[in-house]
Amino acid sequence: MGRKLLLEKAHVEGIRYFDVYRREGGYRSVEKALKTMTQDEIVEEVKKSGLRGRGGAGFPAGMKWGFIAKPEGVPRHLVCNADESEPGTFKDRYLMEFIPHLLIEGLIVASYALGSHDTYIYIRGEYAWIPDILEQAIAEAKANGFLGKNILGTGFDCEIYVHRGAGAYICGEETALIESLEGKRGNPRIKPPFPAIKGAWGRPTVVNNVETLAAVVPIINEGGEEFAKIGVGKSTGTKLISACGNINKPGVYEIDMTISVEEFIYSDEYCGGIPNGKRLKACIPGGSSVPILPANLLLKTAKGETRYMNYESLSDGGFATGSMMGSGGFIVLDEDQCVVRNTYSLARFYRHESCGQCSPCREGTGWMEKVLLRLEKGKEKLVISICFGISKAKLKATPFVPWVTLHHGRWLLQSVILEMSLNGM
Amino acid sequence: MSDTPLFKVTIDNISIEVPAGTTILNAARIIGGDVAPPAMCYYSKLEGSGGKCRTCLVEVSKGSEKDPRPMPKLVASCRTTVMDGMEVKNITSPKVVDARASIVEFLLLNHPLDCPICDQAGECHLQDLSYEHGKDGTRYEFQRRTFKKQDLGKYIQLHMTRCILCYRCVYTADQISNKRSHGVLDRGDHSEIATFIEKSLDNNFIGNVIDVCPVGALTDKTFRFKNRVWFLKPMDAHRDCPACSGKVTLWNRGDEVYRVTARKDQWGEVEEWICNDCRFENKKSTDWIIEGPRLIDRHSVISQGHYAGKIGLTMPTETFSAVHHGRQPKLLMDIHSVSEVNQTDIDLSSINGPAHSNNFNSNKD
Ligand code: SF4
Ligand code: FES
Repeated sequence: MGRKLLLEKAHVEGIRYFDVYRREGGYRSVEKALKTMTQDEIVEEVKKSGLRGRGGAGFPAGMKWGFIAKPEGVPRHLVCNADESEPGTFKDRYLMEFIPHLLIEGLIVASYALGSHDTYIYIRGEYAWIPDILEQAIAEAKANGFLGKNILGTGFDCEIYVHRGAGAYICGEETALIESLEGKRGNPRIKPPFPAIKGAWGRPTVVNNVETLAAVVPIINEGGEEFAKIGVGKSTGTKLISACGNINKPGVYEIDMTISVEEFIYSDEYCGGIPNGKRLKACIPGGSSVPILPANLLLKTAKGETRYMNYESLSDGGFATGSMMGSGGFIVLDEDQCVVRNTYSLARFYRHESCGQCSPCREGTGWMEKVLLRLEKGKEKLVISICFGISKAKLKATPFVPWVTLHHGRWLLQSVILEMSLNGM
Repeated sequence: MSDTPLFKVTIDNISIEVPAGTTILNAARIIGGDVAPPAMCYYSKLEGSGGKCRTCLVEVSKGSEKDPRPMPKLVASCRTTVMDGMEVKNITSPKVVDARASIVEFLLLNHPLDCPICDQAGECHLQDLSYEHGKDGTRYEFQRRTFKKQDLGKYIQLHMTRCILCYRCVYTADQISNKRSHGVLDRGDHSEIATFIEKSLDNNFIGNVIDVCPVGALTDKTFRFKNRVWFLKPMDAHRDCPACSGKVTLWNRGDEVYRVTARKDQWGEVEEWICNDCRFENKKSTDWIIEGPRLIDRHSVISQGHYAGKIGLTMPTETFSAVHHGRQPKLLMDIHSVSEVNQTDIDLSSINGPAHSNNFNSNKD
């Protein structure tokens, strides 16, 4: 059984509340960090841990922290990205709903490390009941001296504000999130400048995913090196996977990134296999914007090696025969599911959620949805040529969704080919 | 700034030195000609513009002297700054040519192609773009998105159906008028330029949005359907104006002034913003001091023969379906907001025989 760092205590009765959380050893990292460590030491510790951003891109968190500009007299901000809106991903919700103090604790430490006195949690609008949970946790932390002025007598001031989004997928992209936080239309900004230089209100800003910030707690408690020992290679620590689709036990699992995909799907400790003895057909291993993999490429890489649940192994083979760890939204399809149908429903999502700033995505996602619907209804003849056209518009991922556009083009191809091959055509 | 270092950049095998911080697009514009990528959303006079349409994509085959790695994807040249020793491919890159054709296709997906009844025809950047960089025919066979025409006050009309969402008019209103009362509503392919609850745009400089609009989405109501631009003669003229520079281009037929626009440079960008008074209210030739004819060197139909050799004066010999690679598109764009004849939800190719009025009877169940 793998080690658990984040969800170890998630099932303790009343862990949602400060008293229980504290009794179970909560907020130790705040005491340790604020009282015994300098800001640079914390950043160093996070770098040592090898923690990679858990939101999808997998960028090393310590490095991101290291980039933050520190001009004299300009406030800096830490923003927690809780706009979890990738289809198939619900790990952050679980964490915030059941063990909110873990996030608050991580936020306090990170705010201290980055020098952010006003820290924000940007939460997606659809998580309507969670801001109350977070706000209650913040109030409790404040009442106990862990937030507000002069935290634990160390002279460090910090406030955390919960900001609700209006429910837009694109606001999970950090610059769009910042625009939205500023009260504007949530369109991604053009980078550079990166948020670490000019973010919210033109001030240096770090945007981190919920799980990333929660992982700061064990890193400080146990030390970066200890954290880095868990996992394998550059996939250090544990990762929350939200598993859904055709599996016996959907839910959020904490894994230590050493287990194989096969074990994850079939062992009773995790997904518990596929219901009714059905066969595995395909899987989207990291949330809807990563490439879909057919069963044969999911369990083994193209080279015939076992595929593991970690950043490197999942992306083995690149976009041609591999996928990505992404945000950890693990969607399993059994033999009865239609990949075209599934791709259609994702395309519909992207069409609906495209911010409409760049033309390839704005126009392309709508087209794809229509083509896929027709394909699904058995009327489309031209799909392959059209998807080549779409995937040609490979764009720099400056604004966000063109990436998705690119995947869409590929999906189309893949799903058609997959569907054909599975039907023996 | 005198101490800005100069960077050497090579675009389509032509080298040039530009100050650090220059974008690839602007460097290419200094070289000029075909090397300059087309730009549908970038507007040098508008801060923050660009990065939307993606027609200006180029391939960076060498990042810089220090880091010669190529950039993995095509980049938007209007928002990417040059590095010392950078090598860029625009028309010499098949990838770029190909991707650009795809972008044209995307921009035209929901465009009505109602050029025959559009006032912008003849000076439309989208027309130019599709002639120069697009492919013939379309592979799109679905209903296109349509909007109702909207009056934005007494001078401007909005045909949202034609808009390519370049955001230029939004930036213009932000930057040269004191209060913006229109913007982009909604998102994705249903996003639209709008005033939310039909308001009129009445800032004294708002008329400039007509000039910045690359397509016929924002048109001059005082000129609507009055004439085709290629029948008009552009003349530079000025007047004493208390609000703006008063330097304009008049579009005449005989002695009659049909419309007034700002003067545009070789990239089709306004040189100096003009006020509504000059643009809409002074349409007598006696209002103006004529300077001389304005040379128009870029725009399609106005400058005759611009497409000679490519489209030229030859009549197309292919039939409609040949252009469409043997397919019969299901519908043509409904160019009115509501078409009585060709209803967009009726699949013409699935009707047996010639269409009959019964096929369009909307009352039947
Ligand atoms: S109305 Fe014209 S200027 Fe405004 S966004 Fe649309 S195309 Fe651009
Ligand atoms: S001109 Fe560069 S993206 Fe439009």
